[in-house]
Amino acid sequence: MLKGKKLTQQQLFLPLVCVLLVLAVNVVYDISQGNPFYNFFITHIENGVLQGRLITILNRGSEVAILAIGMTLVVSASAGTDISVGSVMSLCASFCCMLIAGYGVSSVENASEFAMPMIVGLLGALLMGCLCGAFNGALVAYLNIQPMVATLILWSAARAIGLLLCNNLIVYVRTEEYGVFGGYIGFMPTPIIIAIACIAVVSLVLKKTAMGMYIQSVGINKRASRIAGLNSKRIIFACYLLCGLCAGIAGIVNSSRITSADSNNIGLNMELDAILAVALGGNSLGGGRFNLAGSIIGAYTIQAITTTMYNLGISSAQAPVFKAIVVIVIVAIQAPPVKARFEKLRAVKEESTQKKEVAKV
Amino acid sequence: MKKLYAILLALALTLSLAACGSSSGGDAQQSGGNDAQQSSDAGSGSGDAQTPPDSGSGDVITVGFAQVGHESDWRTASTKSAQDVFSAENGYELAFVDCDNDPAKQLEAVRNFIQQGVDYIIIDPIVATGWDTVLTECEDAGIPVIVIDRTVDDSDKYVSWVGSDFKVEGLACGEWLKAYAADKGITEINALVIEGSVGASATIGRTDGFKEIADREGWNILASQSGDFTEAGGQEVMESFCQSYKGQFNVVICQNDNEAAGARTAMDTAGITYGVGGDVILVSFDANKPYVQMVCDGKINANFECNPMAAPTVSDIIQQLEKGETPEKEVYVSEHWFAAEDNVTSITVNGETQEVIHATQDVVDARPY
Repeated sequence: MLKGKKLTQQQLFLPLVCVLLVLAVNVVYDISQGNPFYNFFITHIENGVLQGRLITILNRGSEVAILAIGMTLVVSASAGTDISVGSVMSLCASFCCMLIAGYGVSSVENASEFAMPMIVGLLGALLMGCLCGAFNGALVAYLNIQPMVATLILWSAARAIGLLLCNNLIVYVRTEEYGVFGGYIGFMPTPIIIAIACIAVVSLVLKKTAMGMYIQSVGINKRASRIAGLNSKRIIFACYLLCGLCAGIAGIVNSSRITSADSNNIGLNMELDAILAVALGGNSLGGGRFNLAGSIIGAYTIQAITTTMYNLGISSAQAPVFKAIVVIVIVAIQAPPVKARFEKLRAVKEESTQKKEVAKV
Repeated sequence: MKKLYAILLALALTLSLAACGSSSGGDAQQSGGNDAQQSSDAGSGSGDAQTPPDSGSGDVITVGFAQVGHESDWRTASTKSAQDVFSAENGYELAFVDCDNDPAKQLEAVRNFIQQGVDYIIIDPIVATGWDTVLTECEDAGIPVIVIDRTVDDSDKYVSWVGSDFKVEGLACGEWLKAYAADKGITEINALVIEGSVGASATIGRTDGFKEIADREGWNILASQSGDFTEAGGQEVMESFCQSYKGQFNVVICQNDNEAAGARTAMDTAGITYGVGGDVILVSFDANKPYVQMVCDGKINANFECNPMAAPTVSDIIQQLEKGETPEKEVYVSEHWFAAEDNVTSITVNGETQEVIHATQDVVDARPY
C-alpha cells in the first residue's frame, strides 16, 4: 500500500503512464486484428540484427532523445527554448559530408575517394554544433536576448548555410563506414548505443557534480544565484553549448541513416519534437526544476506515437490529427488542475482508509 | 512662341524622366526608354532618345525564365535544359532568375521581365495561387506567358502549360507491372506503395494512375503510406512495412527515387531481396541518373521518368507563336520508361504504344541528368 502510494507520487509516474497508454493502443489493435496481444513487442534477431517494433521506437527515437537532453537543460536554465536545433542538425550533417566528400563533390562511393579521413568530418560536425550552440548561448547569456528570438537566427540561417556548404546539392557518402552511425554495430542499432552513451554521460555529470543543481538554481532565479556566487551567465552559456553539441550528434546519426546530407530535410521540424519531448516529460517550460529522465521518456513517447500510427496503418493524410489527439490527451493528463483533482481524490481515499484503520484500532 | 515653350517643356520632361530612370539602376534603362517613347508619341520629337527593347531587334527572341530554385538534381537539370535551349546560337536571349523558392521574389522577377519588355515569359510557379494580377499585367503588356512543370490554379491568362502527366506515369507503371508479371508467371500481386508528399500533384497523379490499373487487374494494395519524397521517409515507412507485411508482399512502388534508396536500405536490413532475381519487384519514379544506374545494375526493376527538360517543348511553342499559330493549352513532355530486363519492350498506355527502354550502361551514360 505504502509502496504504491510512493509510485504514483513519483515524478516519472505520469510520463511513464503516457508511454504505456500509447503502447496499450497497439495491444488493443493487435487483439482486435486477431494477432497475439504481444505482437507489437516481439523482438528477435533476424538477418543478424535486432528487429521489432520496440527496437524501431528506440532506434528511430534516438535523435529526438539526444536533442531532448540539450533542450531540457536549456529550458531549465534559461526558461526558453532553442528552436534552432533542427536546422543546426542539418548544418552539421552537411558540414560533415562536405568535409568527407570534398567541396562541390556530390557523391562518394567508397572510402578511398574520401577527401579527408572520416574522423575529421565527424569532429568537424561536432565542432560546428558547439559553435552554433556557443553563438546561441552568447546571444542569450551575455546579450540577454530572448531565447526564442536569439535562436530564431540560426533556425532560419543554419539550413541555408548547410546548403551553401553542399553547393546546393545532396551530398552522398554512400559507404559502409559512414553508414555505421545510423546502422548497426553487431546486432545492435548504433543510434540506440549513441543515445544511451549521451544520456549516461550527461546524467552522470549532473548526478556526480553539482551542475544539475546549479542549472536549476539559475533557472529559478538568475540574480539570486549570482548573488549566491554562481556564474549564471556562464552556466546558461554552457547549456546552449551542450544543446548545440547534441544537435551535432543527432545530425550525424540522422545523415548516417541515409548516408547523405539532405540539407533540406534533415532535422526538419525536429526542434518542435524536442520541445514537445521536454513538455511530455512533465517539465515546466518556464525553467527551473527539470527531470532529464522525463524528457527522454517524452522523446520515446513521440516516436512510439509515430510507430503506432504506422502499425495501425493510419493514412499519412490523417496521421497528424491522430498525433494531435494523443498529445492533447497526454498534456491534459499532466495539466495542473487535472493533477490537483487526482491528488484530491487520493487524499479523500487516504482519509477514509485512515479512518477505517483508526476505527479498527 | 507658345509652341517653342511647349516643345522645350516636353523635352525637359523627357530628359528628366530618362535621368530618373537611369539613376535607379538595373533594369531601369529600358523603363526610361519606354517613358521617352510615350512622350515622343505625344509629339515632342525627341526621336534620338528612344531605344525600344523589342521591336526590330533582329531575330533574337528574348525570354525571361523565373525558376523555382535549385533544391534538387531534377531542378538543376531543368535549369540547364533552359540555358542550353535558349542560347545565343539558337537565336535566343535568356534572362534567368533563380527565385530560391520565394513566391514574392518570383512575382517581382516576372514584373521585372515586363519592365524589361522581354518577348516571352516562362514561369515555373512556386505556388499555384495568387497569379491573376501579375498575369493580367503580362497580358496588358502583350507578353505571352508559358507555365512549366507546376500549375497555376487561379488564372488562365497564360498561353500554354508544359509539364509531366503524372497520371500517365502511374498508368505506365501499372501496365509495365502487368506485362512483367505475365512474362514471369507471377499471378498474384501484393503491392506496397510509398507515396510522395501528401497533396503534391505528382503524388496524386501517380497514385491514381497505378490504382486504376490495380483495381482493373484485381491487384492487392496492402498499404499506402507517405514517405514525403525523402530518403529518410522512404526508409522509415519501408522499415514499418517490413515488420507488418514481411513475406506477404512482392511489389514495392516508390513514388520517387529518393524513397527507393531508403526502401532499399530498409529491405537490406530486414533481409528481403529485391530487384532482378529478388523476391520483391522494386519500382521507382523520376529516373535520375544514379537511379537509372541502379536499374542497370538490377537493383531497381523499373524506373519511370519525370522529364525535367521542358525547354525544348517550350521552344517549339514559341516558334509556333512566332508563326502566328495557336499552341495547345496543355502540352505534355515526352517521358521514357526504363526497365532492368528486356522481357517487356513496349506497353500500351491510354491506347498508345510506348517503348520500354532496357537500361544498359550505354543508356545510363547517355542520360543528361
